[in-house]
Amino acid sequence: MPQAPHPAPPRGPAAAGDAATTPAPRPGATGRHGAAGPGTSPGHGPAPVAAGSASVAPEVVSGAQSIVRSLEEAGAEVVFGIPGGAILPTYDPLMDSTRLRHILVRHEQGGGHAAAGYAYATGKVGVTMATSGPGATNLVTAIADANMDSVPLVAITGQVGASLIGTDAFQEADILGITMPITKHNYLVTDPDDIPRVIGEAFHIASTGRPGPVLVDIAKSAMQSQTTFSWPQEMELPGYHPVTKPHAKQVREAARLLATARRPVLYVGGGVLRARASAALRRLTDVSGAPVVTTLMARGALPDSHPQHLGMPGMHGTVAAVASLQKADLVVALGARFDDRVTGKLSSFAPNAAIVHADIDPAEIGKNRAADVPIVGDLLEVLTELVPELERQHAQHGRPDLEAWWRQLDDWRQTFPLGYDQPSDGHMAPQRVIQRIGELSGPEAIYCSGVGQHQMWAAQFIRYERPNSWINSGGLGTMGFSVPAAMGAKVGDPDRVVWAIDGDGCFQMTNQELATCTINDIPIKVAVVNNSSLGMVRQWQTLFYESRYSNTDLHTGHGTRRIPDFVKLADAYGAVGLRCESEADLDATIRRALEIDDQPVVLDLTVSRDAMVWPMVAAGVSNDDIQYARGISPAWDRED
Amino acid sequence: MSRHTLSVLVENKPGVLTRVAGLFARRAFNIHSLAVGPTEHDDISRITVVVDVDELPLEQVTKQLNKLVNVIKIVELEDDASVQRELLLVKVRADTSQRRHVLEVVELFRAHVVDVVPDSVVVEATGSPGKIQALLAALEPFGVREIVQSGIVAIGRGSRSITDRALERVGRSA
Repeated sequence: MPQAPHPAPPRGPAAAGDAATTPAPRPGATGRHGAAGPGTSPGHGPAPVAAGSASVAPEVVSGAQSIVRSLEEAGAEVVFGIPGGAILPTYDPLMDSTRLRHILVRHEQGGGHAAAGYAYATGKVGVTMATSGPGATNLVTAIADANMDSVPLVAITGQVGASLIGTDAFQEADILGITMPITKHNYLVTDPDDIPRVIGEAFHIASTGRPGPVLVDIAKSAMQSQTTFSWPQEMELPGYHPVTKPHAKQVREAARLLATARRPVLYVGGGVLRARASAALRRLTDVSGAPVVTTLMARGALPDSHPQHLGMPGMHGTVAAVASLQKADLVVALGARFDDRVTGKLSSFAPNAAIVHADIDPAEIGKNRAADVPIVGDLLEVLTELVPELERQHAQHGRPDLEAWWRQLDDWRQTFPLGYDQPSDGHMAPQRVIQRIGELSGPEAIYCSGVGQHQMWAAQFIRYERPNSWINSGGLGTMGFSVPAAMGAKVGDPDRVVWAIDGDGCFQMTNQELATCTINDIPIKVAVVNNSSLGMVRQWQTLFYESRYSNTDLHTGHGTRRIPDFVKLADAYGAVGLRCESEADLDATIRRALEIDDQPVVLDLTVSRDAMVWPMVAAGVSNDDIQYARGISPAWDRED
Repeated sequence: MSRHTLSVLVENKPGVLTRVAGLFARRAFNIHSLAVGPTEHDDISRITVVVDVDELPLEQVTKQLNKLVNVIKIVELEDDASVQRELLLVKVRADTSQRRHVLEVVELFRAHVVDVVPDSVVVEATGSPGKIQALLAALEPFGVREIVQSGIVAIGRGSRSITDRALERVGRSA
């Protein structure tokens, strides 16, 4: 029965000989091909092992030391965490580790988002650590966020001693049960001998296939017991075999459709970034000649300067991007999941298009929209095989004539470019503020954002030229994401300028991490685009609730009591606070922020609260009803 | 909606049933019955789950189940290519005047009486869901006092075993 006790712990080190000479980079390496999973050679020889650094002969250690050693060998370099009772034993050996940098955050949610930001910026697994009960439950939002956006994350939580589990002990919470629906997988460890294997598996699962968060809950009693540590470990994952190699026949069929479609669109999602497939996407774009749209999660996957890039699709996408999908005869979805924010009313999405859907997660294919050509595989492998296949098609049948399609697309682009009105209240246009931050900081910077209007404007008005330069909370829509995520990104990639483009609402949810930034010399730059309100909610109130502004006024902006005063708040945290209230000072303020590199900077940028995000497809409405600006809809069907 | 029987081979580890049941709840899939037990292999448990879904959502059910790390293999068992059985224990009112009639029904369905007291009997029956329903209908007039059913378990007909290849995957300890 599934409730039976844990099976016996693994026996000794495996394959020590071969692993000793090759310092395999990360656990990801072993799962590259689905067939290479554990135990595919039935019963003969040792199963593949969790890679990491060179092998380590068994050492007698405490469970707590085993945790630290496992994290080191699994390749972790930075841990964002906070100690507490049940994790305390682990923090003692952590103090002596020379290979792990622990960054003491001020709230577990901040630790989780920081680990995510670190993972975005480095491509490595982010690690966060917390104690039992409230420490663990404070991680829940960050874990759910990472789960929705497929971020590789390992969360280590302390649990009350094994004999106390189930007794409602002090600071006990069933974090395994709580996080089951929001993790890729999770573990409860009560036997200290299991620690290295489980942590090895956690890194492997988090980073391979469709990445995601893995939580490892470890009983305090296991940390305090004696055990042996050895590395690498034999993994026991008979049910985990991500398929990375696409089916050749499906790839051929996709190439055939792409070579013959008259109105194709490449619909690019965050999966392309997770697969590190931007260069391959660029080749497919160039070879196919097709227009490309990049979703909120994929901004930067193809340079915005690429002439075939139509921008972002979806609720606040460009008219050209949204319209291209609606009028397409072929949509090639690459690592995208037909989210409701992209499709609008699903039944009227891309009504005339055949669908090619490539994704590493088979469950995404056909989930929302039926696929004519399903391709399960790693996007890098899919694109690497698709490009030559498409070239063969072109050689045989000639290149498709996309001229009429491009005439139409260019017409939409010229008629409906992204833009904004100058506010009539005399305050700055938030779009302008964000645009200038992007222009003055350039494409080498990293831009993180919170959730809301400022997020949409940052996605629209900053030009992204390289992968992973844009870090935001897409799926879960977690307000407060940007400051801790920027902190993690700056730790992971310290030589880059890292901006947290934030709103006054978001900033008040997680700004305590400014203390972490100041104390640990993590000089992020925060731009609080301050419209003194919960802007996106206010926009919906304007549009759908007769301008009845129920509980969206935050009193932080121009002419209010400024509670809190963000400049003073920055000062209190040992950061530099600068306020800008007029466009005349905007560039100088941003430049001043860019000059400061030894302290966090907070810009309080007072903007008009009446600015709205356009274009917009209202929730649940067809993409055909996109509004370019309030009350202005494009006239369709001129092309036929 | 149509009824589908899935055999799900899972790792014999704590919490796996919770993961499977939780997935069904969270994705709004309707479970008709669920039965779980050990298999011929110590490391593998087998869950037989009967769901009421259309073809397309069924594909989602299978794919989502496959994403669970502890799920090793899923096989849909078609009605005509599998044997499906359910266990029923039913307590029926049967005093001395009625008992003979109750026993007749029990005999007719090749069921057994496993407990007798002066005013009732407990009947045990195994069979297809159809047979179990028919038996219950036949016993109904005597007065059914309590029913417990196991949920369907199912196995494919013929010599092929769905656990063979799954066993290879956990072959380390085989």
